[in-house]
Amino acid sequence: MRKSFLLSLITLAIAFILSLAIGSVFISQKDLWDILRGIGDETFTFIIWQIRLPRTILVALTGAALSGSGAAYQGLFRNPLADPFLIGVASGAGLGAVIAMSIQWPYSFWGLMAIPMAAFITALLTVFIVYMIARVGKTIPTTNLILAGVAFSSFATSLTSFLMLRSTSEVRRALGWLLGGASQAGWNAILAILPYLVIGLGILLISGHALNLLQFGDDQAQQLGLNVTRIKTILLIAASLATAAAVAFSGIIGFIGLIVPHLMRLWFGADYRRLISLSIISGASALLISDVIARIVLAPQEIPVGIITALVGAPFFLWVLRRAKNQGYW
Amino acid sequence: MLKIQNLSASYHGHQVLHDVSFDVKSSEVLALIGPNGAGKSTIIRAASGVIPSIGHIRTNGDDFSLLTPLQRARYLAVVPQAISLPPAFTVWETVLMGRTPYLGFLGHASSLDDELARQALSRVNALAFINRRVGELSGGEAQRILLARALCQSTPILLLDEPTAHLDLQYQVSLLELIRELAYTEKLAVLIAMHDLNLAARYADRVALLVGGHLKAIGTPREVLTTESISHAYCLPVQVVEHPFMDTQLVLPK
Repeated sequence: MRKSFLLSLITLAIAFILSLAIGSVFISQKDLWDILRGIGDETFTFIIWQIRLPRTILVALTGAALSGSGAAYQGLFRNPLADPFLIGVASGAGLGAVIAMSIQWPYSFWGLMAIPMAAFITALLTVFIVYMIARVGKTIPTTNLILAGVAFSSFATSLTSFLMLRSTSEVRRALGWLLGGASQAGWNAILAILPYLVIGLGILLISGHALNLLQFGDDQAQQLGLNVTRIKTILLIAASLATAAAVAFSGIIGFIGLIVPHLMRLWFGADYRRLISLSIISGASALLISDVIARIVLAPQEIPVGIITALVGAPFFLWVLRRAKNQGYW
Repeated sequence: MLKIQNLSASYHGHQVLHDVSFDVKSSEVLALIGPNGAGKSTIIRAASGVIPSIGHIRTNGDDFSLLTPLQRARYLAVVPQAISLPPAFTVWETVLMGRTPYLGFLGHASSLDDELARQALSRVNALAFINRRVGELSGGEAQRILLARALCQSTPILLLDEPTAHLDLQYQVSLLELIRELAYTEKLAVLIAMHDLNLAARYADRVALLVGGHLKAIGTPREVLTTESISHAYCLPVQVVEHPFMDTQLVLPK
């Protein structure tokens, strides 16, 4: 196996174990091992199986989805600043999730399943609208993309806030759950987003070569044999599926989809056949670590993980912006 | 060989190519010449299927309009101008992308693909910078890499869109020497859009003169590049003279 993959997988394993061990109750490695063998302390066993493990898995999946779709959006738009959050797709998906919640409070299983579906539909609509607004001829200038994304994002966020304010107290609790991140989600949430993730990320994983070709522009990609229109449509749907899955139960978490693919590109090269899978693995690690930090920085109180990613991500974004401007080398 | 019949194309409702017909035979270099906006690049783009067109583009009876982009890419390779290439790919990665029409599901190259890419790089004399990033190459080097990528496609037809436009004189000459040699040794049908009339006269077997989207003349450089036709096409008085020590002509503006 290549060194880059080995390194990413080891990091993921460490982040995963940290996320299981650290929280309001610390569970040592020995206890973890006992629980895995079924001979652990009963309280600890409950905490791991019903709280920490589903949360850890959901956070990992969310990070993987945001980062994988971020890499795909960057490739699709040929723009280093494309990220599900910055281009407004995350906010669009969040709006869809909240609409679904305000229609049916997700106590029932099917109510729960409706959330990622609604998120996916609005995410796709958002991509389409932002793309149409930002496009100039065949290219999408960075400034247009970000401005259109930010504008649409504000629009979606204000609609979301409006829905929250006019909602009943019960729905408001649901919204708190949405915005509070993954802390209270259980196994059902993972089940509800899994199909979207598997299909979305699965498609992205086999599209590395197509994304490589698209970096040369639509004309050259087609002259090299790619059915450009079809591939772009498929990739947009796949990336939006993954984004919707991420947002549905974890709320809107910015910058993971920007930072991780960037670092992977910087360290391991521009080949999307590697970049997509490395972004997925490392996106999971990055969000797991952010989530652990969010749990301990004001312990016993938790802060939303989005605060951590934004604290790191916003300066990173500015750095990328400068770099992209100076050398166009990404 | 490449057969273009009654080709017309439009941009934004404005017709830019009118009923153009010509053939390019194997082992032949045909240069498309004409003033800016004459339709040289449009022919390249229409023939490679990236813009819609009316008419027929065929090779040995196969009509290109019925082929998928993948099938088309096995017949016809395009060398674009080496501007705004993605800088972060290596030369090797870039050239291997020429194998796209033959790659499997995941786009991984076989040892045959590797071997053909190596051969193509050796043909353009670029094996030395195989691991460099495209962003670090000079214009001439990048243009050679794009030629290697097209050769890698193993097609019988090669289209080039002003490949010498941004190159210094020595690169222009060496690139065109190479293209002509490849046309003969690999029996390629080469169609090349050019703006330099003197280079076209020297390196093309035949030239096709386009004006305002119409094909005005086609034939050997000696037949087409006349004082009258060029003066008329470019709306500029020129004098076509014999090269003092080569068997070719020179177009001199008066």
